Amino acid sequence: MRLVLIGLVAGVFSSLFGVGGGIVIVPLLIMVAGFAAKEASAVSLGAIAITALAGVVLYALHGKVDVEHGALVGVPAMVGALAGASLQRRLSGPAFMLAFACLLAGIGVWLLVG
Amino acid sequence: MSATTILLGVTLGLAAGVLSGLFGVGGGILFVPALVALGLGQVEAAATSLLAIVPTAAVGIWRQTRYGNMRVRPAVVVGVASIVGVEIGVQIATGMPEHALRRLFGLLLIAVAGQLAWQTLRLRRRYPEAT
Repeated sequence: MRLVLIGLVAGVFSSLFGVGGGIVIVPLLIMVAGFAAKEASAVSLGAIAITALAGVVLYALHGKVDVEHGALVGVPAMVGALAGASLQRRLSGPAFMLAFACLLAGIGVWLLVG
Repeated sequence: MSATTILLGVTLGLAAGVLSGLFGVGGGILFVPALVALGLGQVEAAATSLLAIVPTAAVGIWRQTRYGNMRVRPAVVVGVASIVGVEIGVQIATGMPEHALRRLFGLLLIAVAGQLAWQTLRLRRRYPEAT
């Protein structure tokens, strides 16, 4: 039952914002359903695949999915993600993380006022 | 699609991928602003970002299964239950003014940034020798 509620919340969050929903699923699985952190990330990925696929199908019914732009950004992103994951050991640490947080906040402000 | 758009799209996609791999955040939070920068509306950006997330999540599942962390049943329960929520979110997003949804997404980014910064600073206080 708790898992069903987590799914419901994550689904609304995911389709509203166009994100996978990991930011809500992982903490909820740990705090509400008693999962270990590693398992929570894995289970979250499994759920996200279904959630994102459902979002694509339901948005496509409204004609909102732009396949060309999706491929344009998504394909290089997969290559980038592999590179990023392998760079992680060399480029980690609090200074990098804080710089990234500033970048996210900057994009957030741009979307707020732009 | 113009050559400039293609170049910008590939650059933003690469950057979004590197950052998500580097900092362990999902791609969506970076795909959406990248797609907005390419000129998509907020709802189109959200819908299209979900399309780009599917293959990334599939790679993640494959890795986590290999590491032995995956538990199929709870993943399927959460995923299937989310479909109802997804439909609710799609209805809200398509019925809402785009600029309001864009501002809401901006606030989400600022909240995630704050959470990352807070977590980093807290860990640093607790384990100063690790930094």
